[in-house]
Amino acid sequence: MNTMNLAPVYPEILLMVSALVILIADLFVKDTGDGRRNLTFGLSLLALAGCAVLSFLSLNSGATVYAMNNLFVSDSMSDLLKMCAYVAVALTLVYSRRHIGVRGMVGGHIGGEFYVLALLALLGHMVIISGTNFLIVYLGIELMSLPIYALVALRRDHAPATEAAMKYFILGALGSGFLLYGISMLYGATGSLDLLEVAKAAAFGEVNRKVLVFGVVFLVAGIAFKLGAAPFHMWVPDVYQGAPTPVALLIAGSTKLAAFAICMRLLVEGLLPLALSWQQMLTVVALLSMAIGNITALMQTNIKRMLAYSTIAQMGFILLGLLSGVTGGDTFDSAVNAYSSALFYVIAYVLTTLGSFGTILVLSRAGFEAENIEDFRGLAQKSPWIAFVMLMLMLSLAGLPPLVGFYAKLSVLQAVLAAGKVWLAIAAVMFSLIGAFYYLRIIKLMYFDAPVDDGKIAASGDARLVLSLNGIAVLALGIIPGPLMTLCATAILNTLSS
Amino acid sequence: MTHLPLLSLAIWTPVLFGVLVLAVGRDNRPALTRWLSLLGSLAGLAVALPLIARFDRLAHGMQFVEQFDWIERFNVAYALGIDGISLWLVVLTALITVIAIIAGWENVERRVAQYMGAFLILSGLMIGVFCATDGLLFYLFFEATLIPMFLIIGVWGGENRIYAAFKFFLYTFFGSLLMLVAVIWLYFQTDSFDIAVWHALPLPLSAQILLFLAFLLAFAVKVPMWPVHTWLPDAHVEAPTGGSVVLAAVMLKLGAYGFLRFSLPIAPDASRHLAWLMITLSLIAVIYVGLVALVQKDMKKLVAYSSIAHMGFVTLGFFLFDTLAVQGGIVQMVSHGFVSAAMFLCIGVLYDRMHTRQIADYGGVAHTMPRFAALFVLFSLANCGLPATSGFVGEFMVILASVKANFWIGLGAATALILGAAYSLWLVKRVVFGPVANDGVAALADAGKREFFLLGLLAVIVLAVGLYPAVLTDSMQTSVADLLQHVAKSKVE
Repeated sequence: MNTMNLAPVYPEILLMVSALVILIADLFVKDTGDGRRNLTFGLSLLALAGCAVLSFLSLNSGATVYAMNNLFVSDSMSDLLKMCAYVAVALTLVYSRRHIGVRGMVGGHIGGEFYVLALLALLGHMVIISGTNFLIVYLGIELMSLPIYALVALRRDHAPATEAAMKYFILGALGSGFLLYGISMLYGATGSLDLLEVAKAAAFGEVNRKVLVFGVVFLVAGIAFKLGAAPFHMWVPDVYQGAPTPVALLIAGSTKLAAFAICMRLLVEGLLPLALSWQQMLTVVALLSMAIGNITALMQTNIKRMLAYSTIAQMGFILLGLLSGVTGGDTFDSAVNAYSSALFYVIAYVLTTLGSFGTILVLSRAGFEAENIEDFRGLAQKSPWIAFVMLMLMLSLAGLPPLVGFYAKLSVLQAVLAAGKVWLAIAAVMFSLIGAFYYLRIIKLMYFDAPVDDGKIAASGDARLVLSLNGIAVLALGIIPGPLMTLCATAILNTLSS
Repeated sequence: MTHLPLLSLAIWTPVLFGVLVLAVGRDNRPALTRWLSLLGSLAGLAVALPLIARFDRLAHGMQFVEQFDWIERFNVAYALGIDGISLWLVVLTALITVIAIIAGWENVERRVAQYMGAFLILSGLMIGVFCATDGLLFYLFFEATLIPMFLIIGVWGGENRIYAAFKFFLYTFFGSLLMLVAVIWLYFQTDSFDIAVWHALPLPLSAQILLFLAFLLAFAVKVPMWPVHTWLPDAHVEAPTGGSVVLAAVMLKLGAYGFLRFSLPIAPDASRHLAWLMITLSLIAVIYVGLVALVQKDMKKLVAYSSIAHMGFVTLGFFLFDTLAVQGGIVQMVSHGFVSAAMFLCIGVLYDRMHTRQIADYGGVAHTMPRFAALFVLFSLANCGLPATSGFVGEFMVILASVKANFWIGLGAATALILGAAYSLWLVKRVVFGPVANDGVAALADAGKREFFLLGLLAVIVLAVGLYPAVLTDSMQTSVADLLQHVAKSKVE
């Protein structure tokens, strides 16, 4: 096998170099006072575009290439997830630009570090997505988390943000601890950290099953921490609420792609022989997440907190897809079906979440965060178009046709039913019924109620444009979901068959 | 025959006009918005009418078929087609949309563009439900109708509109989610979302019963059948006039239509097995809800309950498995579409003037609004099934068939005629006749040109269908016969 093949790692190298160049270049950007660091912003988007081109070429080739002594892989799934992550981060930057400028999160002694940290976090995503070794995935998680911890605390004078950063850091470290402990047990049982080696050892080797399963338990707990799934979800609402909205957007959006990759790499590729064990654990986690997420979201008055609980519930749905892979029958086809449905779900979720946090950012202005659900009151009269976009986003999260969220739910439900778990599917739809209520409440406030304040919407043109495109994408993918579904299916097929 | 995709046109013309109205219409240009919406609804009607002319009443199966692959991964197709059962429902929807648009001409002053746009989009979606021959496409349209209706009730409704809108949405969403599970389950049995393939699928009785129950929940909520009917009176009372018209005239039919397209042919053995349940529920709707209607103090609520009772006739007819009864049920669906629309319009006319729907606030309207009163009486009589009105035809066919099936069922169904007469006529007596009740009534102005046109148009249709129902029954004969023949064969292997 190739030992030092660098071609698959080009996107990561490009991104790392760009991040460092931007860090330096930013020193020479003049502080204009309004926080518009055009150069930093432009270079960041340019770097993302460059990475996107590289990943797109690789996705097009459809090949699976290993690099760095089999520590790193570039396959269809990784390319697709990376493409989505670039889009997610790019949208985050566009939505955030004005918001962070007004709130002193750029400029002064902080400079343009927001952008650099976001790019470094993205680098962490990419390492996770492409890691083929337990330790590499772990390193990726840390590389992703550390910049985000810093980002959460970027508003140093803001008490809730500082509190959120502390909470996120401590609980994140705890989650990492779980994960490492699990990995160490797997290493002890199988003698390897390579995903495929572990899978082989678990399937055929003479291994201590007890240690192995124990390791899986810790691994699943660690993953649930990172996903923000119940019962390890406690940090999610506090961090979403406390963190500056742009950072909350980053956590709610692109990191979920990485979290999905963690599940795929560690559980599916590394521990497929133990699928029946971790599927059971995920069943509990998924049901709890949907129950706690949906029911608790009903009572929230802060929209970021509400979206946090909604995320917990949505993670439950993604886990439903992941736990339907191995059923006993023709495993390979059903696995491809289930994992690709989860992949489709996560992409649809990220797209919709970007839009909903984007709307909060577009509505916020100096001295007004648009964080409370009440702030959406009467939006349909103030700005019919933004209200309509938010309407589509909320209905997509609720899973109504003809929006992308419906197909996401549909494909996961069909995977669950294909696995013969009818009762799980029925539980899932009942929880989505509960969930529909709080999404409808936002619509109710926007459409049924009269506006309370007459503050103008101060968003910049580019953020509005991107929000419009985001909303239209949610609708367009709802009308023509076929290509993306096929793309997800081929990506998973290529990855699993290699 | 030309190859114009008439059904696609019927669906997407109103939707596109709706989007256009939303985009162009501003609240400061209400006139433009109204005329554009009217144009859109007329265009929708114009593409739906050729369907009647070109429909081949003797042909079996679906007509005007369109089929394209849509989501290849799940074998979902964009497949449309209509038969004698859906033909009239499509036309009814297009016509009712025109009426709803005109009904909201003057009395909707707030956010006109959104109101009109929502109605046009809703119209296209409902036609889509009647035309879809692919299970997922059907579900898509079926669910999507919730969104505009939720907004219509919630934005332009009465005092308690928010409660009503949520109740409407969550009730129907609850029903349809289980249907989604059933639809996906059927996909796994056949590897297809084609409804015709599902019709042919042999299934054991236990599976059929579960499927039937899942579909039942979705459709029973929509119809609505007793005991899941409680959302309807709330929604009706709070909805604006146009909303009530569309809700009663078309939306309720989505559920009844679902029985004919899904429940009966996919689970025929379960349908026969559970017919007693359906007949009982229908009779309860007809009798009990009829009694409930009798004691209502609010006119809109009274008509809403009478709608539930009338829909009870429809479901009763479907589960007697008799050509006459099923045809009667379908005729009743169409007739109820016109009659209930007219009733709600009449109430709207009164409400616009008096701003109250309480029966007690009226009396002696005939003295001040003679033209209106004449039409109101006509529709009330149609509502209680007077011969020569459309209301009579469907009910009579169903009662005839139920007497044939079982005397007691027939007796129960026939009581409904008495009850219907009681609540309708009592309503007329209290509102229209008698001495002028108060100064408000004394100051009433008779129906204007717009209102008179709408009610007159509906009166003509109601009488036409009542005098010559063969227009409807002839074209559905073949389809109903095919359906019943299919249902009579057991699918249990």
